[in-house]
Amino acid sequence: MTAEVPRRRGAHARGASTLRLVWVYPDLLSTYGDRGNLLILQRRARLRGIEVEQVLVNADQAVPRQGDIYLLGGGEDLPQILAARRLRGDGGLRAVADRGAVIFAVCAGYQLLGTEFGGEEGQQVAGLEILDMRSGRGDRRGVGEILAEVNPALGLPRLTGFENHQGVTQRGRGGAPLAGVLTGVGNGDGTEGAWAGRVLGTYLHGPVLVRNPGLADLLLTWVAGRLPPLAGDAEQWTQQLRDQRLDAVAATAP
Amino acid sequence: MGKLPMRARLATTLGGAAGTVSRLAGRGDGSVIGGVIGLRLEPDLLALLAVGRQIVLVTGTNGKTTTTRLITAALGALGQDVASNAFGANMEAGLAAALGKASDAPLAVLEVDERYLPAVIKATNPRVVTLLNLSRDQMDRAAEIWLVARRWREALAAATGCWVVANADDPLIAWAASGAEHVIWVAAGQHWHEDSWCCAECGSHLLRDELGWRCGECTFRRPSTRWVLDGDRVIDSAGRLSDLSLSLPGRANRSNAVVALAVSEVFGVDTAQALPRLRDVVSIAGRYTRLTRRGRTVRLLLAKNPAGWLEAFDVLDPPPAPVLLAVNAQVPDGKDTSWLWDVDYRVLRGRQVFVSGERRLDLAVRLEADLVDFDLVEGVDEAVDQVEGTSLDVIANYTAFQQIRVALGRAE
Repeated sequence: MTAEVPRRRGAHARGASTLRLVWVYPDLLSTYGDRGNLLILQRRARLRGIEVEQVLVNADQAVPRQGDIYLLGGGEDLPQILAARRLRGDGGLRAVADRGAVIFAVCAGYQLLGTEFGGEEGQQVAGLEILDMRSGRGDRRGVGEILAEVNPALGLPRLTGFENHQGVTQRGRGGAPLAGVLTGVGNGDGTEGAWAGRVLGTYLHGPVLVRNPGLADLLLTWVAGRLPPLAGDAEQWTQQLRDQRLDAVAATAP
Repeated sequence: MGKLPMRARLATTLGGAAGTVSRLAGRGDGSVIGGVIGLRLEPDLLALLAVGRQIVLVTGTNGKTTTTRLITAALGALGQDVASNAFGANMEAGLAAALGKASDAPLAVLEVDERYLPAVIKATNPRVVTLLNLSRDQMDRAAEIWLVARRWREALAAATGCWVVANADDPLIAWAASGAEHVIWVAAGQHWHEDSWCCAECGSHLLRDELGWRCGECTFRRPSTRWVLDGDRVIDSAGRLSDLSLSLPGRANRSNAVVALAVSEVFGVDTAQALPRLRDVVSIAGRYTRLTRRGRTVRLLLAKNPAGWLEAFDVLDPPPAPVLLAVNAQVPDGKDTSWLWDVDYRVLRGRQVFVSGERRLDLAVRLEADLVDFDLVEGVDEAVDQVEGTSLDVIANYTAFQQIRVALGRAE
């Protein structure tokens, strides 16, 4: 698999001047600062002169079909099950995935993109079948800083984040891992997250796009094409935070 | 109080001695270590110490320590000793220590960690359980809140004979309390909605209007209330209106006070008796006090989670009054700082904002995304030196707050 810049799709890609960021079910899936991923995408797009429209879709609303980037966040077991049930009924996310929209999903949102995941009693719950993977409940929670080497085909620096989940995820043949774990738990088999086309899923919050601006820019690039780098003063705090977290993990590594 | 069995008496005595040693060694107020040793000697110590007393338990994500203090103050009107874990040691050992230290007190007001409430209800057979609010907090070590609510609900349904005083404006609290036999509902308000958009009964979206909340699909809705917080006033269970006029600032403390009044009434202390006592409470473990530092006034506010920060913003002096934000991520704070992104900092635009603490870079990136100008400082004194004006409000999370207290306690 290669990371060629795909054809542009969605409202922005069709020539509309505004990039549409769709946050799916913030009322159910927003637990670990998930708004941060939305705010960082917005900030980094605007600094490149791209207009941004935020679309927040609650669980009682239909998922709009005209978005450019769809975000799903983390959630507890019961909200996750409810979200999966409603998204299956709605069908919108599945449809936009089929037309090649960008989807970025974290933790519970990541799990429900697969074929199934583990519920609060460990029962299997049907997912959206957007990613070829299944998740279950592990023996113990993975909680702490995580460091991962990104799949070389994506050409990004190391991922730093925080994970807090009890999920174990096994990929099928239809997708690649997002990264390999250096420190932490991730999918539970040494890999972290999943990547297929323009769909990315990860256990990292932190929120992950805050600490990994390269990943945020990759998602924007998939919609808007090549982006100029940001000026140094626009990156200074992000870079300092990133360096500090990388050092902190290095200091505790075995 | 009845006679303690010999083993429990020995456990409290040895526990008390360890507490004294711990205090002398300068390790905290010594209340926890005493309880730990006592519980190791007698696992049923908490239950034995509770026998024969009338006990009030207070729990919730925010406001536990303050509400415990307010209820204790109000029950002072009865003229009897009241045991309390006033310093926030709110797990089993802290509770055992508080009861052991006041072995003759017929009343006890105990703040309880959210996770321990079911076990403590079982052990202490309380007369009143007070439920304040429930929202995300230190999720790297705490249980998920829907799960907490479910455990409370089961424990309260089984606790026959006890009164539950609960905030009807918090849907998750209402769900947890509604299985109980006797509930006194209080309209104490809710400003943080991010953890209660959905019905705990069926998962559908909750509808909100000026009358409260209700589920769009099932029958779950806000219960009608006997006590109401109305701005700075309280409407009591008899429908009488009184000005609160507390010394403690902010709407969160007005909520806490109304809950305290409802609890006090269960013990026969009416609003007229209780209110003057609530007004006498001016500071809770260093919070809200105004100190003078290098010719400027500094006020400390503690905020440990997104809902707490929202309430702290409500207490700030009006803009452009300067503010120092300090965040750490040690174990007691939660090691995960992602919650900073759940707080809306845009309300700080137009103020002079300082940022400090071990995780000040996380704050810097967060404020930058909300277009809030700020200056990084090493500590409270650097902020005090740069303040435009005469006062500085400080909002800090747990260990950052303690560090600033220590810094301000040192000679200039």
